[in-house]
Amino acid sequence: MENNATTYSRRSFLKVTSLTGGGMMLGIHWLAGAAPSAAETGLDVVKETFSFNGHIKITSDNIIQIMAQNPEFGQNVKTSLPMIVAEELDADWKNVVVEQAAFDLKLYTRQFAGGSQSVRTTWKALRNAGASARHMLREAAAKTWGVPLDEVTTNAGVLLHEKTGKSVTYGEMASAAAEIPVPTDVKLKDLKDFKIVRSPRKNVDGLNIVTGKPMFGLDYRQKDMLIAMIQHPPAFGLKLKSYDAKQALKMPGIKHVFTIKLFPDKYERQIFDTRTFNEALVVVGKSTWEVMNARKKLKVEWEPITEKVECVHSFGSERDEITPAGLESTDQHFAKMAERAAQSANELRKDGDPEAAFKNAAFILERTYSAPFLAHNTMEPMNCFAHVTESKAFFAGPLQAPEFAEKSLAERFGMPLEQVEIQMTRMGGGFGRRAYAHYMLEAGLISQRAKAPIKLVYSREDDMTYGIYRPAYTATYRAALDANKQLIGFHVKGGGIPEHPIAADRFPASAVDNYLAEGWEIPSNLTIGAFRAPRSNFNAAAEQSFLDELAETMGKDPIDLRLEMLQRAKDKPVGKHDNYDPDRYAGVLKLVREKSGWDLPENKGKNRGVAAYFCHNSYAAHVIDLTIKDGEPVVEQVYSAVDCGIVINPDAAANMVEGAVVDGIGNALYGALTVKDGVPEQNNLNTYRIIRHHEAPKKVDVHFVQNDIDPTGLGEPPFPPVFAALANALYRATGKRLYKQPFGVKSVE
Amino acid sequence: MAKFTLKINGQTHRVDVDPSTPMLWVLRDHLDMPGTKYGCGVAACGACTIHLDGSAVRACQLPVSTVKNQEITTIEGLSASGDHPVQRAWLEHDVAQCGYCQAGQIMSAASLLKINPNPTDDDIDAFMSGNICRCGTYLRIKAAIKTAAQQS
Ligand code: FES
Ligand code: FES
Repeated sequence: MENNATTYSRRSFLKVTSLTGGGMMLGIHWLAGAAPSAAETGLDVVKETFSFNGHIKITSDNIIQIMAQNPEFGQNVKTSLPMIVAEELDADWKNVVVEQAAFDLKLYTRQFAGGSQSVRTTWKALRNAGASARHMLREAAAKTWGVPLDEVTTNAGVLLHEKTGKSVTYGEMASAAAEIPVPTDVKLKDLKDFKIVRSPRKNVDGLNIVTGKPMFGLDYRQKDMLIAMIQHPPAFGLKLKSYDAKQALKMPGIKHVFTIKLFPDKYERQIFDTRTFNEALVVVGKSTWEVMNARKKLKVEWEPITEKVECVHSFGSERDEITPAGLESTDQHFAKMAERAAQSANELRKDGDPEAAFKNAAFILERTYSAPFLAHNTMEPMNCFAHVTESKAFFAGPLQAPEFAEKSLAERFGMPLEQVEIQMTRMGGGFGRRAYAHYMLEAGLISQRAKAPIKLVYSREDDMTYGIYRPAYTATYRAALDANKQLIGFHVKGGGIPEHPIAADRFPASAVDNYLAEGWEIPSNLTIGAFRAPRSNFNAAAEQSFLDELAETMGKDPIDLRLEMLQRAKDKPVGKHDNYDPDRYAGVLKLVREKSGWDLPENKGKNRGVAAYFCHNSYAAHVIDLTIKDGEPVVEQVYSAVDCGIVINPDAAANMVEGAVVDGIGNALYGALTVKDGVPEQNNLNTYRIIRHHEAPKKVDVHFVQNDIDPTGLGEPPFPPVFAALANALYRATGKRLYKQPFGVKSVE
Repeated sequence: MAKFTLKINGQTHRVDVDPSTPMLWVLRDHLDMPGTKYGCGVAACGACTIHLDGSAVRACQLPVSTVKNQEITTIEGLSASGDHPVQRAWLEHDVAQCGYCQAGQIMSAASLLKINPNPTDDDIDAFMSGNICRCGTYLRIKAAIKTAAQQS
């Protein structure tokens, strides 16, 4: 099972300094040193390179300042990570200030938000830091008072010595504590003594948000800053041939029109160096509106690209990435996928003798599922401020993975890492999209060329038609049943453009005697990237819909079937079994069964669907109840059960799960980015349908499994099973199984 | 270019811009009031919602030349210190995730409550459906609007 307890081969250190003006500062530096395991490829690897910097400051006037530097895109880490520190420090949350001033701080660049790893990977380091600071304060008090250390206790930011009745605030002892060496070993709190963690705390940025304070990348500005926009090709498969900027340059406020080249020929790209168009035509001017208008006056000729093969490095391994020529279309994509699916594929896992099982089967259930490209459509489009001079490259913008960007930037600008500074702003949504820093590189190259501080702004159209989409996928699931309708074989063969989605070792691997997982891929010139629970978001939709149909075929309750299979995986696992914990998986199903009143007679008549999934180290299950009104689904109620270990901030966590449910329903019903002759057919929010207020579920009940397991991911795991819970509920309502995303509403009529 | 005198959040501002410039960009680029957000530029997302003489409008669709004497209120001016009933309700329900859409949501909600102090679920859905929240905070927004309705 994946449990973070075993993966703490980390390098971390704490460093204490005195504050001028009195007080102490404990710096937390922590770098994950674990190498990715061989089985992990591509984006999953990211979680193993996580690192962290932050600090605890205690001033003599008893302000406790905690800085946690993980990028914030709505997952609430800016609140939850300091809560962990404050807990072990035994601070009074009222006196805790989480550093706010996103724009005037030199933030470090060792953070990553993605893969639901922020809390999971920092949990122990942060607890340690808080406990160390508390220990030092106690030791300072013991010395000052001349009493034994173990008689000094703490309570909500106050040091106490019961026998003598002495007490001081942390602030008063902070300067003395700065003289105490950092302990090598500290005892962490008993979980049952937690006072801050596990109790709801409000978002520390709440007031800034509701009063419209500048926090986001697009809000960033510097004196004499210019605005830049990029005119990218109108279709995938095209590149710039020539342009005439005479008219554009005459437009008011316009300073420059020029081209930049992102990567030089032969540049060896790293995995996050994804970029769709290598050459960009840029307009630079004084204000956004002026630049938008000038773009319309550009006369540009585009030409077809030729096929290219590039070597892409991914944490020590490398692979060739093919970008084929041609203008692709969605119809043709799905036709090609159907054709490719009929051919042989790479075997990813095989247990027992699946061929024989299917040959001997009395009945075979076979179903094919598909899903289109999705655009992330973060509410705040891509943007970045850059000021590149001879001696320094400065960036400020919304970025999930500065760690991966800075190396590429340093290399591209021919500067040592120390001369590259990235200041991270709050992100108006991430969903994976902001792990791809092409817009930072573009901003830097534009600034360098314009010799000015610039802010690169993507219009919504630029953002939506740029690529880096969730890939298009298809998968065929087959189940072999014997004459007694017992499951004897399971086969999944999945593929996609340009990557396959299959996670071969996940459930139901290990739960079936004869099992085969296969994958295939078709290259494309549409670029792709991580999208909230990459691959899992499709796998769960397909597999959990299939299991529902399989349960029906076998004459079983869908929850019972899953529980029986999980029991099997637990009692007598088949083949390699180190991916999921059957007990925790079953746990969320049992919890959602109870909370939704699954077995109650009054609920039997409801149109309800269930689905569960495991990914990013956490487990989630949903039950969805819906009705149909005027041919449209109305989601009346969702019950969610999640096991992500210890829940740091329960109300914020519930918010995350609610959001994942809404996002899942929206993408399942409406999400699609289609192309025709290389041109995206949706280019703004009036053509790309995103779930809105009236389409959201009426009620979402979120329940967490209560356990003392170290926290695991929460941003992504609740998302994937939503699709199938919805499909299964829609089946009950309409009698129609849904195999093709988006489900739309027509198929429901 | 032309000069315009604008009344924004109770103060007078002068700008010299192209008359077609939408108020969204006048606020963001020329007046350094970036609380009003850009999300689509085509009236499809509501992120840019402001009040024009008290009613919600999309700032991306409002050329500066058409504003004339009308009073503009932005998220920065909705209340002096974040204590408008809608803002307080937003904090109470801890609505925001990424927060990017919330200025627009709050401006729409404040406008709704002015017209309809006691909206039903359907009223809220109808009025708010032009405001997208990509993070999916719709349930909390609805709950917060109801709380604000009781308090205002
Ligand atoms: S930016 Fe005005 S409605 Fe989207
Ligand atoms: S909170 Fe992120 S878009 Fe609404």
